[in-house]
Amino acid sequence: MRRLLLCLALVAAFAGTAFAVEPGERLTDAALEARARAISKELRCLVCQNESIDDSNAALAHDLRVLLRERLAAGDSDEQVRDFLVRRYGQFVLLRPPIEPATYVLWFGPFAVLALGAMGIVVYLHRRAAREPAPAPLDDSERRRVARLLKEDG
Amino acid sequence: MRRLLYSLPVALFVVLAAYFGVALFSGRDPHAIPSPLVSEPTPSFELTGLDAAAFSQDALKGQVTLVNFFASWCLPCRAEHPLLMRLAEQEHVPIYGIAYKDKRADTERFVAGLGSPYRRIGLDEQGRVGVDFGITGVPETFVIDKAGRIRRHYGAPLTADQVRNDLLPLIRELTRG
Repeated sequence: MRRLLLCLALVAAFAGTAFAVEPGERLTDAALEARARAISKELRCLVCQNESIDDSNAALAHDLRVLLRERLAAGDSDEQVRDFLVRRYGQFVLLRPPIEPATYVLWFGPFAVLALGAMGIVVYLHRRAAREPAPAPLDDSERRRVARLLKEDG
Repeated sequence: MRRLLYSLPVALFVVLAAYFGVALFSGRDPHAIPSPLVSEPTPSFELTGLDAAAFSQDALKGQVTLVNFFASWCLPCRAEHPLLMRLAEQEHVPIYGIAYKDKRADTERFVAGLGSPYRRIGLDEQGRVGVDFGITGVPETFVIDKAGRIRRHYGAPLTADQVRNDLLPLIRELTRG
């Protein structure tokens, strides 16, 4: 048990360090670097497509990491840096698509399906309750049996 | 009512099958990332040409051109190369090359060995111009009209089919217009 806990602790300790940012890319300004990391986690690597540029080892991801740090260092806001890349690569570069008419299905579709399912369950339960009549009340012999059983128990 | 309910799965299947069928046979490539630069002005760039003179977007103005990003280290570029040669020699399409993240000596060797389909070649050793054009790899090709606007983007090696059915008609149309 103790060994397991130790393993878990080690996994937790090292899990955070699994990223692709190379030491040479980092900014000396810790606040800027933190902003750069936060932005790069939300940007798609266009070579590997399902990794962020923060995680990816692709050369293009490296270039983009360096580029966005340069822009931050030059005084761009987070929004400006994101816009810079969206203008070049399109919204596909954003791992979290913005909420707008074209993405409504993407954002709200799952909830619509969930609501449909919930409606189905409600209708089903309602119908079942209507179909099965309430059980008939106990007759005299049954009532006596219940009384006897309860007495035995007590 | 009940019969309607029982036919629901069939109806659902038909709708899904139609949807998948359209998606499969429409020829749309789900991996293709549409470039937001299409119908935008060409990004401005300042490169050194392989000929050592300056090479910028001004060189493209006033004619319908292709801008082809390539690299000597890129195998698909070699595969695409004969097609570009044919375009340049037989169709007289002005092609401008941008050597993406390539060393000058390697680019020189590449065109010396295979022949150059390019009017001029710009050296983008850092790949920054590539980022400005939003490319994700090489080769990628842009069709640029006389006014210097990007009219088409091919995010993969050109194929003979594409050239015949899409690229050449487009160039003809743009040249006329």
